[in-house]
Amino acid sequence: MWVFNLFFGGEGVLKDKTRVMTGKDMERVLKRMSHEILERNRGLGDMVIVGIQRRGVYLANRIRDIFNTIESVRIPTGVLDITLYRDDLTLLHDQPVVHSTSIPEDVNARKILLVDDVLYTGRTIRAALDALMDLGRPSCVQLAVLVDRGHRELPIHPDYVGRTVPTSRNEVVEVRVSELDGKDEVVICEREDS
Amino acid sequence: MEWRHRHVIDLDTWDRSDLQFIMEQSRSMDELLDRPIKKVPALRGKLVVNLFFEASTRTRVSFELAEKFLSADVVNWSASGSSTGKGETLRDTAWTLEAMGADAVVIRHGAVGAADYLARKLRKSSVFNGGDGAHAHPTQALLDLYTAWKKLGDLDGMKMAMIGDVLHSRVARSDIIAFNRMGVKVELSGPATLMPRDTHALGAEFREDPRDALKGADIVYLLRIQRERQEEGMFPSLDEYHQFFGADDELLEFARPGALVMHPGPINRGVEISSTVADGAQSMILGQVRSGVALRMALLFVCLGGANQ
Repeated sequence: MWVFNLFFGGEGVLKDKTRVMTGKDMERVLKRMSHEILERNRGLGDMVIVGIQRRGVYLANRIRDIFNTIESVRIPTGVLDITLYRDDLTLLHDQPVVHSTSIPEDVNARKILLVDDVLYTGRTIRAALDALMDLGRPSCVQLAVLVDRGHRELPIHPDYVGRTVPTSRNEVVEVRVSELDGKDEVVICEREDS
Repeated sequence: MEWRHRHVIDLDTWDRSDLQFIMEQSRSMDELLDRPIKKVPALRGKLVVNLFFEASTRTRVSFELAEKFLSADVVNWSASGSSTGKGETLRDTAWTLEAMGADAVVIRHGAVGAADYLARKLRKSSVFNGGDGAHAHPTQALLDLYTAWKKLGDLDGMKMAMIGDVLHSRVARSDIIAFNRMGVKVELSGPATLMPRDTHALGAEFREDPRDALKGADIVYLLRIQRERQEEGMFPSLDEYHQFFGADDELLEFARPGALVMHPGPINRGVEISSTVADGAQSMILGQVRSGVALRMALLFVCLGGANQ
């Protein structure tokens, strides 16, 4: 029910409008981003990949697998839940659900690659940074997002972007992953008044 | 998930999906307890008042820790030395708390129905029952359920043996409701003088011989024996109680191998539980203490964290 209302905002129904990425596109984009990450960091020493619950987790795993293919190293990968750090708890329509946080390595003095599906207001990332700092003191944090849809409300900027998609505020960008949604795609949805 | 409880007064209005949701949320909170920094900002700016009219250490401390780990502001209000001692009624106390801006009140009171009464008098705050007379102790039952669920997984079809003073126990009442609802069969044993007349009404079977109650049990739950009960003539002596109903290695043999041993605390060594069992590998007693903090964090967050407020 919560997931349903998250997407449907509890008001009006969301309707798919445009597909901005197919599964194949997502695969190519993630590969390109992985190469950028490798290039900028001159390798992957000290890195820990952290996916933000829930879809960021799956994208983080894919980036880890690409690194494994091209560099033959397995980078430790964890998941971060930011529910308890949100600043909009009292504005939510529905019961927020706390998911698991588990990061296999000590984050102190490590390079953290934070992965999320969509970058929008920047508030999720603000919360994720706070959550991360409570776990230790990383030497640096870099941000990779599959889609940057604009409308930032905080001074937060991604280091690696899959695709920049201009949107209006009444649109919703849905990143779908096969593990949860049956197939990989990125779709812009629009709220239909019902 | 839609959460429909503003208060936690009693578990009889909770269904299985409510219990399941709280178990899962408690597990997420449990992870926080292993971190170097256990504090999260989820309830920043919320005021929680702990209102204790009866002595309590572990419930109060457990609630206080849960509140602090979620960054709520905490005020402890105890009956002795407060205005209650000067004759203030519970209703006036309630209104005073609301005027102070309490978002939640945790209450323990000797009178049955005190938490429910408080919940009716408060227009905005959430009320958490920390024990009302011999009626209910829902957070204890939920933490017991969480402890067992965490260890055993799905509890459907399992059996619990509960031994001791069921008659005076709010813990027993709430635990039977909670475990029954998750599909656990409960069998009781203890001196007949300390059993309610109709245990079926509670949802449990009475066995005169504790060995029968323990037979095949996955969970052995021991209730605290209050020393005053002996003075009231409910049973001849503490030694005799221990001989018949005290959980020692010998009695534990009748339960399933590896059955969990639980006790709400504080324990009376050598009365309802022997030291070897209390400190043994099957004992969950300290696990229950930790579970209590995680569970109360989950309850506070679920009732205060969303838009329900």
